[in-house]
Amino acid sequence: MSAQTMPTQQAVSDKVIEVEILRYRPEQDEKPFPQLFEVPYSPDMSILEALQYIKDHLDSTVSFRWSCRMAICGSCGLMVNNVPKLGCKAFLRDYYPQKIKLEALANFPIERDLVVDMGDFIKKLEEIKPYIIPATDDKCLSEGTYKQTPEQMEKYKQYSMCINCGLCYAACPQYGLDSKFTGPAALALLARYNRDSRDAGSAERMKIVNQEEGVWSCTFVGYCSVVCPKGVDPAAAIQLLKVESSKDYLIGMFKPD
Amino acid sequence: MQIIKTDVAIIGAGGSGLRAAIEIAENHPQLEIALISKVYPMRSHTVAAEGGAAGVVQDSDSLDQHFDDTVSGGDWLCEQDVVQYFVENAAKQLTQLEHWGCPWSRKEDGSINVRAFGGMKKERTWFAADKSGFHILHTLFQTSIKHPKITRFDEHFCLDLIVEDNKIQGVVILDISEGEAKLIQAKSVIMATGGAARVYTYNTNGGIVTGDGMSLAYRHGVALRDMEFIQYHPTGLPGSGILMTEGCRGEGGVLINKDGYRYLQDYGLGPETPIGQPKNKHMELGPRDKISQCFWQEQQKGNVISGDRGDVVYLDLRHLGEAKINERLPFIRELAKAYVGVDPVHEPIPVRPTVHYTMGGIATDAKTATSLTGLYAIGECASVGLHGANRLGSNSLSELAVFGQLAGQQAAQYAQQTTHQDIAPLREQAEQVIARTEALLNSNGTEKMADIRQEMGDCMEQGVGIYRTQESMQQTIDKLAELKERYKHIQINDKSSVFNTEFLYAIELGYLLDTAEAMAHSAILRQESRGSHQRIDDFQTRDDINFLKHSLAYYQADKAPVIKYADVTITKSQPAERVYGAASEAKEK
Repeated sequence: MSAQTMPTQQAVSDKVIEVEILRYRPEQDEKPFPQLFEVPYSPDMSILEALQYIKDHLDSTVSFRWSCRMAICGSCGLMVNNVPKLGCKAFLRDYYPQKIKLEALANFPIERDLVVDMGDFIKKLEEIKPYIIPATDDKCLSEGTYKQTPEQMEKYKQYSMCINCGLCYAACPQYGLDSKFTGPAALALLARYNRDSRDAGSAERMKIVNQEEGVWSCTFVGYCSVVCPKGVDPAAAIQLLKVESSKDYLIGMFKPD
Repeated sequence: MQIIKTDVAIIGAGGSGLRAAIEIAENHPQLEIALISKVYPMRSHTVAAEGGAAGVVQDSDSLDQHFDDTVSGGDWLCEQDVVQYFVENAAKQLTQLEHWGCPWSRKEDGSINVRAFGGMKKERTWFAADKSGFHILHTLFQTSIKHPKITRFDEHFCLDLIVEDNKIQGVVILDISEGEAKLIQAKSVIMATGGAARVYTYNTNGGIVTGDGMSLAYRHGVALRDMEFIQYHPTGLPGSGILMTEGCRGEGGVLINKDGYRYLQDYGLGPETPIGQPKNKHMELGPRDKISQCFWQEQQKGNVISGDRGDVVYLDLRHLGEAKINERLPFIRELAKAYVGVDPVHEPIPVRPTVHYTMGGIATDAKTATSLTGLYAIGECASVGLHGANRLGSNSLSELAVFGQLAGQQAAQYAQQTTHQDIAPLREQAEQVIARTEALLNSNGTEKMADIRQEMGDCMEQGVGIYRTQESMQQTIDKLAELKERYKHIQINDKSSVFNTEFLYAIELGYLLDTAEAMAHSAILRQESRGSHQRIDDFQTRDDINFLKHSLAYYQADKAPVIKYADVTITKSQPAERVYGAASEAKEK
């Protein structure tokens, strides 16, 4: 009785696409190995849907993260033909008839199959003090909201759009070389709070920026911004922070603590 | 088995769970908080909410109007004392989010901007472009990092609740990456696990929205209230069900059928409003239940468009222009382009109703306490009584903040008055939970999980959809009983312990089936039409004499649930005819 008449499945065709997944189950596999699957092809199908097809119909033991299917929860990052992508926002039509090669996100330890260990990434987000540090005379709730004009918001808005998917860390050659580097997403988030007119915590965060593992590890390859699925442009955030860091350094020369 | 002692355990780290955690950490710094989530907090489905959060700010608006809109929107099945508390606290809690950094969209002068939303008499929906839930969730997650007393258990899956001496004393969780079970001993527990729309095939929800908390509480004897009320959002993308926010219509988008006709005017929502001049509570700014019902009516008349992805109508935003679409609805543009190949600046978006929200949930009192001592419930998994038979868009994001705060306060107060009990019986129970879990993992049946999931979703769409009949609901009930039987014989191929998602899907499927059963049985016994529960058999009108009541579904192992009823709290709004469009204006005069 519902309105939900079944949508006719995508025109049934005999077309298939080959999907090769780099498998790794730590309890039974000594090292990762590729496993090939054949998935019925339709142009609308996302890589995530292809993985779901594989799990439901071909091999239920393949593990991968996903949830929203609409490129906002940030769960389903993976390497598609060696490029970091969100599985839900990459489509078979962009690869067919070539084979698609799927691997866990680069630069992260593989936990299992397409699932990586996000622990270090999450820790980095936590370390940059990603919250409003109010001035000592901050407003109480009864005084209402802070005023923030669209122009003031524009200063940080783009950097507030990060979905924490980790694609930029998979793209960052510097993070690949040395995982001590704070990295693109965390630095963009840091810039987001430093540039917010309601925040008074810049000085605290600049200590993180100025460290060797802070912005100065970045060699400005810029690939992080290329792969970002949300247009956050973490490379630009890092360049802005480099300018701030240089100012800090110059001021420090004349006004030592 | 690792045993961890805490004061308050919170299951679920979406908007409401995080808000509760912060409340406790800020105001009760002596308390330890365990914040448990089967995903990283920012993956929680709050992230996908688009349109905004309601709270009265304009001088021309009033708390009474927000109250009236919510109560009539819920077809008088709301707890009116709860609605009163809600409207009084909504703007304050949204202001709190603003202080924590939420980037609400602003007016030129820097004050909060608000947009129109369905069923709301005044513009009172605070928004952060069309990513309101995303910004609320990230703001809360990031703010929670400030508090060392919040210990997160990310990617830990809740297996069961530990109830001893008729009160909740902890939870058993599974560390997904290690495959190791842990017992969290807690003085109070807050359930904040979100909804259950994944029981339907076509829905706007993320894969994680599987009714876990509802089902866990239900299995422990807590009633699920008003489960027959399922919200179909009128504008999801065909095929995927991805949400096109009501904000599209709030900004002036219109719905047209295959003839380009704005069909809503034929169903009591007119008269037609001029393009680009949306009028509150008229036409496209009607409530979700009614607009979804209009789609079904148009479908019966053959007025919809049949495409590759099924029947659709069009959501037309073209007259808004590129600049406004980019400012107010950038995510909508991105999604429509990616998932149906349509740029809304140049073409109308194909849409259809898809399941979006469960109005019902774990029954709580007005202060979020359940009937199980020490257990509180908030957000979509709960039924605090705010939404009645139909939720108004943008009331649920505010609900997260208002009742998240309240539950934090309540659970903290309770924890302070109580002490940890003897661990031995809790450990024994936890061991039984683990043994049961391992038995499921080792099951070697022949039933394919994917088949059961698909058949469940399809039978819910068929029987407990936008319009329902005795026969359709009975068929669903029979089918669900069959599926529950088949579930006992499912096949699990993956026996490993590290990130075994097949096993997690199996547990979730069990949660989904129980939740679906509560929905279908609650629905068939409601012999009237109210809000989102519309029957086209002998019960097509509202029946306040017999059914101005909440349904309460009680779990019975291996049997159909028992459905009881409870009175609705009415304070100042007596049930009246629920009208929109011209009729609502006439009523006001």
